Amino acid sequence: MRRVAITGLGAICALGHNTREMWEALRSGRSGIAPLQLAQRSQLRFQNGAEVRGYEEARHFDPVRAGFIDRFAQFALLSAREAITQSGIQFTPGLSGRTAVVTGSSLGGKQTEDAQFLELYGKQGRVHPLTIPKAMANAGASLICMEFGVTGPSYTVATACSSSNHAIGLAFWMVRNGMVEAAIAGGSEATFSLGTLRAWEAMRVVSPDTCRPFSRDRKGMILGEGAAMLVLEPLEAARARGAAVLAEVVGFGMSSDAGHLTNPSVEGPAQAMRSALQDACIAPESIGYINAHGTGTPINDPVETRAIRQVFGAHADRLAVSSTKSMHGHALGAAGALEAVATVMALREAVLPPTANFTAPDPQCDLDVVPNEAQAAQVEYALSNSFAFGGLNAVLAFRRG
Amino acid sequence: MPDNLSERVLSIIASTQRVPREKLTLDSSFAELGFDSLDAMNILFALESEFNISIPDHAARAISNVRDAVNGVEQLLREQVPADGSSSTSPPSNSAPEAGRTT
Repeated sequence: MRRVAITGLGAICALGHNTREMWEALRSGRSGIAPLQLAQRSQLRFQNGAEVRGYEEARHFDPVRAGFIDRFAQFALLSAREAITQSGIQFTPGLSGRTAVVTGSSLGGKQTEDAQFLELYGKQGRVHPLTIPKAMANAGASLICMEFGVTGPSYTVATACSSSNHAIGLAFWMVRNGMVEAAIAGGSEATFSLGTLRAWEAMRVVSPDTCRPFSRDRKGMILGEGAAMLVLEPLEAARARGAAVLAEVVGFGMSSDAGHLTNPSVEGPAQAMRSALQDACIAPESIGYINAHGTGTPINDPVETRAIRQVFGAHADRLAVSSTKSMHGHALGAAGALEAVATVMALREAVLPPTANFTAPDPQCDLDVVPNEAQAAQVEYALSNSFAFGGLNAVLAFRRG
Repeated sequence: MPDNLSERVLSIIASTQRVPREKLTLDSSFAELGFDSLDAMNILFALESEFNISIPDHAARAISNVRDAVNGVEQLLREQVPADGSSSTSPPSNSAPEAGRTT
């Protein structure tokens, strides 16, 4: 089996429009959570979110073409452009058919659907002819293939909040096993349309103020949006062409709780973490940092803590565990990809991003959650957790480059 | 509390959960009845529709039995909270410009 290098990162989220901006915010513990700019904010019980701010599609897309692309797919394409540019990879005729594009998205183009169905039911009774291709969940993957001439196996995974960890993990396995010679993998989401927000509100899991993962007074999640993409290629190929190896993907584990639609189990997440460690052929004691799922809901954080304790035993007290959702919000199908970028940067810069907005410890979440201030630490291996509604769990293991 | 209010709440819970009305008493806890968190949200949604009220999240979290539900509905009806999710249901402090920022 081949080792798999990450040679490019791209990101856009509430913390910035590229990886550098996002990382600067993460390392300084600056949250992107703020009052929603959405016009219909007064129709919502919660008022804050982690929106991408100052985004002008005309700066990135031809104005006619932009009208054909939903916000979630624009984000996917932007982050892919950044990652591919950084990697320096060239999709030559020999490579393009041996490259995969694997994206994750939970909502797909729901913003487009929301707006068009409002027209249909409430106004003109008509639907725009591009609604289907704009709203399809694979639009991001398809547009990346088209822009870069990638003709290999490409698809989109939808496993709610685990979508992009599943996408990156599957792409990693394809590269490791020689099914492809390169992959662009990640996820994207555009969360802030009224229908989607009201549906989240009705679930009663969104915080009325901010996201405080692992804090005693946490009140729920804060929704986010954005995208992140990674360029993956065999370590040997990356070295041969002189590319900088930012980190390695070394393991992937997934599991299903087979329990409840929304209440997480301890066993399912624990099994996914154990599988990722086994897949990486590393001992639990090798792990120095976990980028937690850490949604900040009353139920997720203690359950995740118990799962980590079950897998790591005494080593759980020597691990740093933080939730960067406290800063970039919960970007649903893009969450795992944004957190992969956070984890790779943490390994690379030897700085562990904090859990922001932390107020007081909860005895049920008694881990070192890196409260409020980043920790300087040279870590060799890290995990990144994603656990979805529906009980579908996906965990990635990374190694410093 | 007016008996007809309790009766309306009990019958809403019975019809939402497809359980015989006679199985429910004011003292039944949701856990005893086998209702989980999704069932509870479903019941609260039905109560909001029936009584044209909006049950705030913090009040919703405190409801774990039939009596809580009746009391909660009664209190909201007394306060006459509108059901359109308008900002009057969230305290102004929640929407203060800096409320969500890191301190």
